[in-house]
Amino acid sequence: MVGYLISLGIFTATFALFSLGLNLHWGYTGLINFGHVGFLAIGSYTTILLGIAGVPLFFAVLAGVVLAMGLSFLMGIATLRLREDYLAIVTIGMAEIVRLIALNEDWLTRGGRGVYGFPLPFAHFNPNVPTKLGMIALFWGVVGVAAWQWWHWLERQYGRSRPPWLLPGYTALLVAGTLSLWAALLPLSLGGGIATFPFVLTLVTLGGAIALMSHYCRPEKAAVLAIALNTLAAALVGLVVKALTLGLWDFSYRAGLLWLLILVLALGVWQLERLIHSPWGRVLKAIREDEEVAKALGKNVFAYKMQSLLLGGAIAAVAGSFYAWQLTFINPDGFVSLITFQAWTIVVLGGAGNNMGTLLGAALFWAYTALTRFIPLDGGRLEALRMMLIGLVLILLMMWRPQGILGKKEELSLGR
Amino acid sequence: MVDEPSLVSVSSSVSPVLPSDLLVATGLCKSFGGIRAVDHADIRVVRGSITGLIGPNGAGKTTLFNLLCNFLTPDQGRVIFDGAPISHLPPHQVALQGLLRTFQVPRVLSRLSVLENMLLAAPLQTGEKLWNIWLQPLRIRQEEQELRQRAWAILESVGLAAKANDYAGALSGGQRKLLEMARVMMHRPRMVLLDEPAAGVNPTLINQICEHIVRWNQEGVTFLIIEHNMDVVMSLCQHIWVLAEGRNLVDGPPSEVQTNPEVLRAYLGQ
Repeated sequence: MVGYLISLGIFTATFALFSLGLNLHWGYTGLINFGHVGFLAIGSYTTILLGIAGVPLFFAVLAGVVLAMGLSFLMGIATLRLREDYLAIVTIGMAEIVRLIALNEDWLTRGGRGVYGFPLPFAHFNPNVPTKLGMIALFWGVVGVAAWQWWHWLERQYGRSRPPWLLPGYTALLVAGTLSLWAALLPLSLGGGIATFPFVLTLVTLGGAIALMSHYCRPEKAAVLAIALNTLAAALVGLVVKALTLGLWDFSYRAGLLWLLILVLALGVWQLERLIHSPWGRVLKAIREDEEVAKALGKNVFAYKMQSLLLGGAIAAVAGSFYAWQLTFINPDGFVSLITFQAWTIVVLGGAGNNMGTLLGAALFWAYTALTRFIPLDGGRLEALRMMLIGLVLILLMMWRPQGILGKKEELSLGR
Repeated sequence: MVDEPSLVSVSSSVSPVLPSDLLVATGLCKSFGGIRAVDHADIRVVRGSITGLIGPNGAGKTTLFNLLCNFLTPDQGRVIFDGAPISHLPPHQVALQGLLRTFQVPRVLSRLSVLENMLLAAPLQTGEKLWNIWLQPLRIRQEEQELRQRAWAILESVGLAAKANDYAGALSGGQRKLLEMARVMMHRPRMVLLDEPAAGVNPTLINQICEHIVRWNQEGVTFLIIEHNMDVVMSLCQHIWVLAEGRNLVDGPPSEVQTNPEVLRAYLGQ
């Protein structure tokens, strides 16, 4: 249970980080990047190959970031002066080139046989009790700040009135829901079925939490939907928080990896939010809306697009390092275009141009993947069915909420 | 008919560049495929003036605008702004010299608020440089505060203050025109090219727009205006250039241009 949740947490957080880069490109700058996986591949390969060569991991990651930025620079020079569709074509080509190089340059990447046995962070790390407690405390600090921010954001977006007991009440129900969900799922991980009583308790408490919040939110279907999905995502995050706390105590390298990843993700979201709300971010959004206007007002559109491309590529490269460390084995098959479109799914699901939406999208996407695992089909068919279902979900979303779960409806009805 | 005494002959009218000229363009040409949209056009705008640019539909007025601020690169000819050539500069550099433009169909940034549209326009903000967000956060905050105040003041002066926090995309056509002009003023321009400020706007708002233009002109901004509404052109402009089929037809004060038979012929056809 703990191990599974930690793995799931690592995947979710890696894809959240990866998709944040894409959200910067597409959601905030309007750059259509269909080759985001190329940056992930460069980050992964650079980190692990340099790691094997004995370079300290921090510098190996840094080198991956620099190389990914180099690739985005080349892409930018080639296409940013052209219309946006060209960027889409070139990015998808670039990502394929990166993958094919990894596949064919055997001397460098061991080709299709893949690379394994590379150094991992925390692999030979045996923390003593104070260190463990320190790590847990830092982690809880981040969780606390994030939860507080999330609460405020939820309230700002959807809140209507707030009696003083709303936050404690909601928190209590949410924590109870998370703990009973844990109890319900525990026998499942030991090979049995779902425990019935805790599961009913979960439904009651989480349902209660959603009902409580909905009662005090704006009377719109969209607000209720967003609150419901946020509550579910919060419960899932809660499971991971509990798992990581236990995992850090019985220290495993994966727990260490998730710990590090969550710190990086938190730092990333914090700084991205800061950038987006700065005058710099305002120019990016202006370029997304109408780059001729930005140009006419004296903004160097090319330079801003380039900066966005570089920064998003760098974020994806960092995600790439974690991607490789999580898998402990990588080969070029791990970097097919499908990965790019999973990131697109995450961004579109949550609502483009919204970092919170991207985080929610990542959580929902991996919850979906984890749940569909229980469909009784063999590997190939299950994979195909998953793709079909997520495609269906996207189609339905485009019909009912084309702006994404957290997107604002009024933005769609605006004329140019 | 051609030798109306008061109208200066065009080919000699724009050289040399006088100190009183803010913008001088000579011999501008632009072809699209086989079509010569602008054919050796000249224009001269005196500092502090409101100058008009008129001509029948398809005369090449908007193309000439695009050439003046380098949204299009001219095939031939040059543009001198405030004594220095600007034809080699990219469009955003032209704007940073203080030569701003608006668009024929107003272009607002729909999913930004009206206030954000305004804030964006201020040139050379500290916070527009990525590294300054970490290096000079305090200065950025202070600048934002000042910009906000100025944006509010301008929005109030054009009557858009009540809409400041709405999406710009939710504005009506006339309000978009106002926002576009207000946004340009946020840049503190020296000269503004207005492309049909009164098109598609109700008569009351046209009067308001004219008042704003006169006010900004008194504050020192030079205007070059494309406009089809002759009442507006004749009341605002001190000097008018007439373009037909990409070439200069005549130029002169409104009273003379208005009665010029060539202008009438170009407009009405014969």
